[in-house]
Amino acid sequence: MNRVYLDYAATTPTHPDVVQAMLPFFGESFGNASSLYSYGREARAAITAARSSVARLIGADEDEIVFTGGGTEADNMALKGIAFAADGKYNHIITTSIEHHAVLGSCEFLENLGFHVTYLPVDKYGLVAPDDVRKAITDNTLVISVMHANNEVGTIQPIAEIGRIARDAGVYFHTDAVQTAGHVPIAVNDMGIDLLSVSAHKLYGPKGVGALFVRTGTRISPLIHGGAQERNRRAGTENLAGIVGFGTAAELARGTMTEEATVLGTLRDRLITGLLERIPEAQLNGHPTSRLPNNVNVSIDYVEGESMLLHLDMEGICASTGSACTSGSLEPSHVLLSMGLSHQLAHGSLRLSLGKWTTGEDVERVLETLQEIVSKLRAMSPLYKAPGRSAQ
Amino acid sequence: MSDEQPVYSEKVMEHFRNPRNVGEMESPDGIGHVGNPVCGDIMELYIRVVDHVITDARFKTFGCGAAIATSSMVTELVKGKTIEEALELSNRAVAEALGGLPPIKMHCSVLAEEALKSAIEDYLQKHPKPDSA
Ligand SMILES: Cc1ncc(COP(=O)(O)O)c(C=O)c1O
Ligand code: FES
Repeated sequence: MNRVYLDYAATTPTHPDVVQAMLPFFGESFGNASSLYSYGREARAAITAARSSVARLIGADEDEIVFTGGGTEADNMALKGIAFAADGKYNHIITTSIEHHAVLGSCEFLENLGFHVTYLPVDKYGLVAPDDVRKAITDNTLVISVMHANNEVGTIQPIAEIGRIARDAGVYFHTDAVQTAGHVPIAVNDMGIDLLSVSAHKLYGPKGVGALFVRTGTRISPLIHGGAQERNRRAGTENLAGIVGFGTAAELARGTMTEEATVLGTLRDRLITGLLERIPEAQLNGHPTSRLPNNVNVSIDYVEGESMLLHLDMEGICASTGSACTSGSLEPSHVLLSMGLSHQLAHGSLRLSLGKWTTGEDVERVLETLQEIVSKLRAMSPLYKAPGRSAQ
Repeated sequence: MSDEQPVYSEKVMEHFRNPRNVGEMESPDGIGHVGNPVCGDIMELYIRVVDHVITDARFKTFGCGAAIATSSMVTELVKGKTIEEALELSNRAVAEALGGLPPIKMHCSVLAEEALKSAIEDYLQKHPKPDSA
């Protein structure tokens, strides 16, 4: 059975060109970038080239890119790094209730150290109101962290507007762009961004490598000490092949992003329309238009997400859910709850995220398969009242 | 979404794929209705009792793979048991019959045990004096 992978938001396959670009750096070009001799020079040159590719993708300067061990580390570095470098007076952080756990976990850690954190609410589409950001700013506010697009529901935030507010107030602005970099255009200068997190494996690069954009002049402490790598901002021998792969992926993305977004946007809309047409009592989660081109998130009432995923998996379809039953904490998705969904609807949430290798046939197959699965699960759901009598 | 996912046994998957005794029952002798306080799922269990013996059991469940598999297993296990025997059926026994459950899914088997207990209580309430024909 051909598998249909619809979880590109969790991770993407590494592009074959990226793999090819990485291979020499496990072999003949294995050097340590800190070494003086030829091997070291080759490694340094490769890292420099990758750095400029990543910088170009987001409209930054090479010197403003710090390579990290992924998106989670970039988020941690942004928040803790800024917090640790701040004067005591600046002890207030503004973020949102729908951030990735990498941001929320870092904020909670900082709260334990005495920082104050404001978690802004979102509306039913998952949108943050820029006005709420403005009102939350105090004399002690150090940094505002609002994600560019949400990984679960795909809602894209008014980042440029928030960036302007931050700039006017003289507050640092961080955005987690892990879901948008390489998929949606980013210009750090036009958008007023001071810090931005990226992860390679969400844009057809390898896992375990990412970057934090740090605007020149930003005061930030390193998280990892013990070496001069990354201009003293992140110690440790560089993940050479990973960084090269990241650079190649960024370069590829710059070339294909616009076209890919158009193609995926069409498939996404077909999938959304098809799902809502075929499955009664289902709803779209996230914003109808201000939305990642590859994200579909629906709640299907009366059924539970893990059961749907297991059935889809048996049919070779890979997807994701915000159901409590699949989370380690047995709590439903904090994102869906923040948007005002009931526990029951969060239970029945299903995320299908598309990518480079998704086809129209995949979309058809999911539509047909899911319809059957939902009927089967609804037939055994105590919450579902057999249709026919009530309007359908 | 990113947390480690439990791995189900063959037996769990088999019951999940082909759950036994799904659906409502015409005028059952006892109905159990319980909600899972841990994750918020819901289970309904119906029993038919003849001469103090459970002769049939059916269920409806809104929950995860483990919840569906344990519901299915519990309906299989109680058939033919007397009320007293059925009351002794523990969630561990149900889990064992399924070849074990991942630790994070043990609470789903508790739900199945409670659904059964609640169905029996309902039966006993409606039939204060078990007929001894
Ligand atoms: C919005 C967002 N932030 C951060 C991360 C973490 O990135 P990484 O997997 O590279 O640590 C992810 C991906 O899981 C994400 O979707
Ligand atoms: S029913 Fe929710 S985890 Fe099993």
